[in-house]
Amino acid sequence: MIDSTLVPTTDSGTGTAPPRARSRRPLTFDRVSFVLVFLGLPLALFLGFVVWPFLQAIWYSMTNWTGFTPDMSFVGLDNYQKLLHDDIFITAVWNNILLAFVVPFVTVVLSFALATMVTVGGASQGAARGLRYSSFYRVISFFPYTVPAIIIGLIWAAMYDPSSGLINGLLTGVGLDRFDSFPWLGDTTTAMPASMFVIIWGFVGFYMVLFVAAIKGIPSEYYDAARMDGAGRIRIAWSITIPLIRDTVQTAYIYLGILALDAFVYMAALNPGGGPDNSTLVMPQRLLDTAFAKGQFGLASAMGVVMAVATIAFAAIVFTVNRLLGGRQELSR
Amino acid sequence: MTTNTTDVDTPMGPAPGRAPAGDTVVATVSHVVLGFWSLLVIVPLLWTLMSSFKTSKEIFASPFQLPAHWNFDNYVSAWTTQGIGRYFLNTVIVVGCALVLVMILGAMCAYVLACYSFPGRRFIYYSMLAGLTFPIFMAIVPLFFVLKNIGLLNTLPGLIITYVAFALPFTVFFLYPFFRALPKEISEAAEVDGAGEWRRFFQVMLPMAKPGIASVAIFNFLGLWNQFLLPVALNTKRENYVLSQGMASFASQAGYNVDYGRLFAAVVITVVPVLVVYAIFQRQLQGSVTQGTIK
Repeated sequence: MIDSTLVPTTDSGTGTAPPRARSRRPLTFDRVSFVLVFLGLPLALFLGFVVWPFLQAIWYSMTNWTGFTPDMSFVGLDNYQKLLHDDIFITAVWNNILLAFVVPFVTVVLSFALATMVTVGGASQGAARGLRYSSFYRVISFFPYTVPAIIIGLIWAAMYDPSSGLINGLLTGVGLDRFDSFPWLGDTTTAMPASMFVIIWGFVGFYMVLFVAAIKGIPSEYYDAARMDGAGRIRIAWSITIPLIRDTVQTAYIYLGILALDAFVYMAALNPGGGPDNSTLVMPQRLLDTAFAKGQFGLASAMGVVMAVATIAFAAIVFTVNRLLGGRQELSR
Repeated sequence: MTTNTTDVDTPMGPAPGRAPAGDTVVATVSHVVLGFWSLLVIVPLLWTLMSSFKTSKEIFASPFQLPAHWNFDNYVSAWTTQGIGRYFLNTVIVVGCALVLVMILGAMCAYVLACYSFPGRRFIYYSMLAGLTFPIFMAIVPLFFVLKNIGLLNTLPGLIITYVAFALPFTVFFLYPFFRALPKEISEAAEVDGAGEWRRFFQVMLPMAKPGIASVAIFNFLGLWNQFLLPVALNTKRENYVLSQGMASFASQAGYNVDYGRLFAAVVITVVPVLVVYAIFQRQLQGSVTQGTIK
């Protein structure tokens, strides 16, 4: 999966069969070659390089394979048991869970707040009117989304640098001397929050644009009616806007959660070694280390399976919570 | 699907009566907050640009000080002695080939899935969706050995093929609705006129799906240009490095043999292509994000 994000159109794929019935056609060369190339070629690639490795991973995770010798024996769930007792991996799991709690929440709240200001900051009458010059803000804040994640990490690693970084330069510049050479990424209390901020910084603009689009899709009658009933801006945002863009929020939450359960690139750039006391170590770092530095491919595959399970569990939780809070699919139609 | 492309700052008709005082306050607060966020975004980027012209000595002297000499020394030495030029070329080759291939294959696959009915169609579609959701990390170890077994590990073709395979689900998934929305009558008319399957796709359907192809291609370009995990795990030969992994290794070296000026210059070199793409396609990018939500 390449880490760019578009929002899926929710109705695609679930539709009825295409109208054209294509049975009883002569098998000409044109037709046979067409099917082979158009469907066969992409599917062969997809099966060979995506589906097959995923399936193999499940098998490998139940072996004690070390990769470069042909012998591997089936060890059942031993690797998973080993992971339960691997303190460093458990630390990484908790770090990912912490990321999955904080990053989506803060990003969604912040980008929703900014999107609300962009769309309804203008006037208290009429439709969801825009703030003047708001496209300027959108163009600027969307840009980090296009910057390679590794670069975002490196830029912020430089910003956080204890002696030559801009952050400490600014803080000591306004008289906060205790930040003179303060190691943001080297202190166990600040390393994780500082790293989280970097991820959030990169995505707020993207989700702001997404929410702006969703909010503009709400018919102005809803706003007019609410105002006539005397609702203030905050009340309108809470009772009108959020329920009506519920599905967009859910999509955003799931994408951000998947990202937070990975977070590899950012952590690799900010603290390649896992941070002070492994306080920013994430599962992928441990996985790559186990696989390619130690050659424990069976164990590393088990870590990969754990990551996949965590991702699915996160999505399931988001769907369930949305349901319990009264989300109905009809709202988006 | 109606698409609301109205820009937010175009006023939608005059407000009835004079704006209440509360509006001015809210507007001011909004401008302050949004302005603050914009600053937070742009300052690190500008600071990086400024630092890329400084010598290491100047960088350590003060984070604010402007460079004494505005020249491209850092850029030249990053490009030549740090191998950034080589990485840049590798990235252009890999991303260029992978992008063309994935767009062709993805469009073909999406077209067949969207416009033809056959058993297993749904299943293929949903397995693509699953391929989009599962973490690559789960597949990375087996993938390593798949490439090793066919002799493409640590080679650019191996990387290209992997990029194509992993960008395929995304491409198919987002091109699918575009092909579904195309009018079938035109294709049928072409068929009556005697055009075969191949011609109908390349001369009739593909040109009609151009807007969709363009926006998916932009996202794929960014995704592939920014790809980090696949090269780090599957392409460990230094001469075959792509920019993202070259930058990571450059940065970890810089810790010992510090030349931050060069590092900043290399950062700028990596960002320029995406900045150009962003500047040209900014509207399409934000438009694509928008289209997904408004029905």
